[in-house]
Order: sequence, then structure tokens, then C-alpha cells
Amino acid sequence: MTEPAAPSDRGTVGRGSPSPAQIAIWTAVALAGAVGWAMLALSRGEEISAAWMVAAALGTYAIGYRFYSRFIAYRVLRVDKTRATPAERLDNGVDFHPTDRRVLFGHHFAAVAGAGPLVGPVLAAQMGYLPGTIWIVVGVILAGAVQDMVTLFFSTRRDGRSLGQMARDEIGPFGGAAALVAVFAIMIILLAVLALVIVNALAESPWGVFSIAMTIPIALFMGFYLRVLRPGRVTEVSVVGVALLLLAIVAGGWVAESSLAETFTLSKGTLVLWMIAYGFLASVLPVWMLLAPRDYLSTFMKVGTIALLALGVFIALPTLKMPAVTDFASRGDGPIFAGSMFPFVFITVACGALSGFHALVSSGTTPKMIQKETQVRMVGYGAMLTESFVAIMAMITACIIDPGLFFAVNAPVGAIGDSVQSASEAVAGFGFSISPEALTAAAESVEEESLLSRTGGAPTFALGMSEIFSAVIGGAAMKAFWYHFAIMFEALFILTTVDAGTRVGRFMLQDTLGNLYKPLRDVSWKPGVWLTSAIVVGGWGYFLWVGVHDPLGGINQLFPLFGIANQLLAAVALAVCTTLLVKSGRLKWAWVTGVPLAWDVAVTLTASWQKIFSGDPRVGFFTQRSIYQEGIDNGEVIAPAKDMDEMHTIVTNSTVDGVLCALFALLIIVVIVDAGRVCWKAVHAPETVKLHEAPYQRSTVVAPAGLFATKEEKAEMAAAAAGDGGGTGPERPVGTRS
Amino acid sequence: MSLPARVRALAARTRWYWREATGEAAYDRYVAHARAHDPNAPVLSRRAFERRRTDAREADPREGFRCC
Repeated sequence: MTEPAAPSDRGTVGRGSPSPAQIAIWTAVALAGAVGWAMLALSRGEEISAAWMVAAALGTYAIGYRFYSRFIAYRVLRVDKTRATPAERLDNGVDFHPTDRRVLFGHHFAAVAGAGPLVGPVLAAQMGYLPGTIWIVVGVILAGAVQDMVTLFFSTRRDGRSLGQMARDEIGPFGGAAALVAVFAIMIILLAVLALVIVNALAESPWGVFSIAMTIPIALFMGFYLRVLRPGRVTEVSVVGVALLLLAIVAGGWVAESSLAETFTLSKGTLVLWMIAYGFLASVLPVWMLLAPRDYLSTFMKVGTIALLALGVFIALPTLKMPAVTDFASRGDGPIFAGSMFPFVFITVACGALSGFHALVSSGTTPKMIQKETQVRMVGYGAMLTESFVAIMAMITACIIDPGLFFAVNAPVGAIGDSVQSASEAVAGFGFSISPEALTAAAESVEEESLLSRTGGAPTFALGMSEIFSAVIGGAAMKAFWYHFAIMFEALFILTTVDAGTRVGRFMLQDTLGNLYKPLRDVSWKPGVWLTSAIVVGGWGYFLWVGVHDPLGGINQLFPLFGIANQLLAAVALAVCTTLLVKSGRLKWAWVTGVPLAWDVAVTLTASWQKIFSGDPRVGFFTQRSIYQEGIDNGEVIAPAKDMDEMHTIVTNSTVDGVLCALFALLIIVVIVDAGRVCWKAVHAPETVKLHEAPYQRSTVVAPAGLFATKEEKAEMAAAAAGDGGGTGPERPVGTRS
Repeated sequence: MSLPARVRALAARTRWYWREATGEAAYDRYVAHARAHDPNAPVLSRRAFERRRTDAREADPREGFRCC
């Protein structure tokens, strides 16, 4: 019952020995990458240009894409261009329809790119630019992009089944259930951490709060336009929407200067309440009102800004001021996140190198639209490489600002105090230097009250981006605008994720609770929708509240949990992929996903172990707990707590975080063990293997595999077009030549 | 190809890509699909079609989900 062996003529795109020109080009690419890495790794104590980082990344991506992804596609997965995809077989013109590979690449990239790769690398810069950069590039080539492509391939062979369904079908109900619980728990932590990033960026910032608040009426207007006035005219309404959005950013500056500033200056606590109220309302309102138009806005802003940023980096070619490796990498006592390089750099970078969440997009929406199996390489692997490049740009934005400023912005209040003097002293203690005047000047240059302890990565990213953009357009005068532009851009799509994620969480909850009480499953039964929405919002709202009030620093405490959760989901996806490789008789290729899985599990379990059992109170949740509990018992207040209430807060938070961490570790072990059992059985009793693959059906579509059609593909397309005059005869022998 | 023709071709391709990427072309695709076999097949109006498309996300929010 293995997946049918493909005809031997398949997968022959551009085979044969390479031409001298090709050899020369690829040698040059490899050299460019190698020189980039050499400059990054070997320069010590001097500032180097970000151009080297870009060269190292792009050179390595090109090699990885050209050679490794090709090997995986044609040798391991054996993609079959003669096999019809679900989009072709089940074409209904709506959700299943063969979509042009370039369009689908755009859709897929827009769906996988989010705030994660912008935030993680910024925080990881605490250990210097080198550890994070190496993992972003190496990780994506060997793990992240592999996961995305292989998941996409297997889901395409299964009519676009979701990761959870595949886990249930191919591993079993036990592993499947663990995967489902994992997805839900991860969703809650994800939403809480993303919301926390936004709250930290918007607190005490009337400019930011006003601009973001304005996105709601703008989205409502767009929603009304698309629903009632001119349905489906996305372009015209989006042009208006984006123009209004830019106006809102400019107007934010006016508001911050006016008497209205007070009204829009909100504390973190108030913002949390607003976020929770918004999250609940947005998820129970009809999709057309808020979510759909917001989605358009945030997608345009996201893709547009990322393209602009890439352009800006190429034009401005800023210098990296951060050291290659800081002392925090070995000492493990960094103020932004505690713990040593292994495993915490990998946990912190997360999405930019390997993101479990992508498996949810790669299984589900994209496989229903892919035209040819051969295109999983360009769409799955290619889109993830692009996402990784976004992470590299985020790393650049964090490393071009003054390291002293970087630490003052990212360290929690507990570590640097709340005045520029105390922050300057604390930064000196970290081994960097920045004067109190420089800290004040930095805040003034972007027209913010203060930049101290703006944790979460978004403000740092915005500072770096305003640095790059103002070097290209507008100079210092435009810095404040670009800073708030960046904040708005991140806030916009984080809010969209909060809205969409709450809906997905609710849907999963309704599905599960529906087993106990039938009506709950009905998505149009309002009380059920409200109840389950409230549970989901309550879940992430709790962690958001906790994160904002944690004396130890919310990002410091919660971000590792988010990283662990995300990498855990990646482990689930990689376990499903490895199981499928083994079950389909490809044991000898199982290392392709098996090695990244082993690495990911080692990272995730080591991190969980340290978070649970470490004796270092900065790292271990339970050590933290016992120290502060002892303090309470002895009636003493331990810094950074300021009173007994804060002592109790720390004890509660550490306990909850520790228990959650243990739960995540347990889930990962359950999935791995169950997957191992299935693999063992598949190897020792191959006759019992049951694959849930859709049967083979010959494809009648002719389309290129990569971005550009090869000579053979052009000939095939011409032959197909001449052969049938546009119709699709079932017996037409396409894809069998060459 | 002459220069104006090239510019026109490029503009047409850009427009095609944009309409496909934003989903503006979804309705045309639906009509083409419905009428592929029967030119007189009844089709929804654009208004009704776009409503159905948006409301489908209501029923299963996992479609079109965005990552972190």
C-alpha cells in the first residue's frame, strides 16, 4: 500500500549535465554566500555592513533552493507532474481551483508571514547578530522550509486535509488528540504574546493609540463598501483604505501634540482591557464587517512594507553596531530572555527559521489550490525562504541601532529602573554604554515620551526601520513618521491575527465541546458562539493581563513559552511528515524530516526541562516560585517585586507558566512516542500499513514547476495548447514526454 | 514586439496578477467555471457570490487563516 511508484519519465525537468555557464553562475553564488559568512563570522570588534548579512543569507538560500529543495522534491517526495492535484480533480471554482503558481506563492506567503519573524530575531539579537542569523538561515534550509514543503505535499496528496486530521488518520486517535490539544494551547499563548507585543508598543503613546484606533472605523467603512456598495471591488476600496491609513498615521502626530493627547494616552492595564473587549467583539461580529476588510488592509501593508524594507536595506546598506556574539550567549543571564544559547536562541528565533504554524496553512488552504505537485517546491519551500529573509531584515533592524539603546528598550523595568539615569547605569552594567541624554534624544527623535523598557521587539524593529527609511526618504525629520508607520504596520496585522486566531480557537473549541453538547457545534447558534469566544478571549486575555503586570517582565517570562509552543507544533508537523515517509516505504529518506525533528525535539525538550527544573531562578519557573514563596513565608519583599501583592503575583505566574511548560513537554512526548510506534509497525509489518492517500488520477493540466518555465516546459505547454484547442480532453498524453 | 506593445502586455499581466492575488477575479472565475459546460447555466449575481464567499469564512474560520 505504498504511494504508487511514479513513471520513470517523471521529474526530469532540466536533467542532464549542467552547462559551463550554469556551473559558473552557481559557483559565483556559492562564493558570494561564503564571503558573506566569512565577513560575519570573522570580523571582531569592528562594525561591518549589513550587506554581508544579506549576501550570506541570499547566497545560502539560492544554493539551498537550487540543490536541496530539488533533491527533496524529486528524489524524496517524488513529486509527480502527471498526477492530478485536488485543485484539478475537485475544481469547484471556489475553494478548490487550480491557481497560477505565482499567484499561489503570493497567497501562501501572505498567509505564513506574520509578526513572529519580526519579533523573534529582534529579541535573539541579545546574544549578538551571529547566533540568530546562523539559525535563521541554516534552520530554514534544513528544517523550516522542508517542513512547509513536505506538509504541503502530503496534504495535497490527501485532498487538502488539515494537520490535525492527518495526525489522526496516519498516527492514530491518541497522537491526533494530543496534536489537537497542542494546537489549541499554542493558539492561546500565541495570541497572548502577540497582544502583549502590541500593548507594550502602544502604552503611553497617544500617537500609536490614535492611529491604531482609526483602523477600526476605516475597516468598518471598507467592510460596508464591499458588502453593500460595490461587492468584490477590493482594489478601489483598498486604495482608499490605505490612503486613510497613512492619513491616520500623520494625524496621530497632530493628536499627540494637541489637547486630545491625554485621551489617547493609555496605560498598559487600560490597553489590556481594550484589547480584550476588541478581541471579543471582533470575533463575534460578522466576518464581512471587520475581519475581511482588515485582512485586506493588513496584507497590503505587510507585503508593501516588507518590500519597502528590503529595498531600504539594499539602498541604505546600514552598519551593524551590535557585536557578533555578546557575553550573554555564554553566560545565559541576558535581561531580555534568560538562559544560554542552546536552546534559547532557537526557541526565541522561532518563526523565522522553523514555524509550526505554517503547517496549518500548508495543510488546508494552499493544497486545495495548487495546480501541479511539482509546484510544492516553489510555493512551500520558496515562500518559507522569503519569510526567513524577513527575519534576517528584522535582525538587521535590531543590530543597526546603538546596542546601548537596544538594551534600554528591551530590558524589563525590573532590570533597568524607570529613569534614563538608572537605565544608563544598568546598560553600563550589561557591558554597553549609552548616556541618559542619548536615551532622551532617541525618544524625542521619534516623538515618544520614553523608549525605556518598550519590550516585545516591535518598538526596536520600528526604531531600526525608521533609521533605514529616513536614510532613504525624508532624513531625520521623517523619523517619527516612519517609527509610527512601523508600529502601525505591526499592530495592524497582529490585531488581524488576534481576531482570526480567536475565531479559529473558538471553532476548535466548538468542535470539541460539540461532542458533549450538540448545539455547541452549530456555528450560527449565537449563545454557543458567545460562550466559546469568551472562553478563548478569556484564555489569552488572562495571559496578556499577567504579562503586563508581571514584575519579572511579561515578555521575559512568556516569550520562551511562546517559542516552545511554536516549536512543539513544528515537532508535531515534522513527526507527521516523518511517519508518512516511513509508511510510504521511504525509510531511507526519513532523515530529511527526521533529523530536523530530532533537533527540534532536542531544543524544545531541553528548553522545557530547563524552564521546569533549572535551579537558576531567572530560568526555572519552579525555582522562581519557591524563592518568592519563601520570601512571602518570611515576610520579606524580594526585588524586583515592590510589595507583597507583587510577590504573590510572581508566585502565581511562575506556577501557571511552569505547569503549562510541563504540559507542552508532555504533549510533544506523546506525539513522538505514538509516531514512533506507528513507524516501528510500518517497518516491521509493512503489510499492515494503511495510507489515506487519494487515488492516482492522470492530470490534464500542463504548467511549469518553477517561477520561470524551462525550455521543455514551454514546448509541452505549446504542444498542449495546439493539441486540444483549449479544451481538456481526458486522454491527452501530457507530461509524458521528455 | 514593439515598445508600446510590450508596455501594454506588461500592464495586462500586472493587472491579471493583481486581480488574481486580491481575489477580484474570483467572481469571473466562478462564472467561467459554471458556464464551462453549459453557456446558459444560472449563476449567482456578483453581490450574492461575494456574500457567499465572505460568509464561508464565518462557517469555517480556518480558511484563510494567517500565521503568527
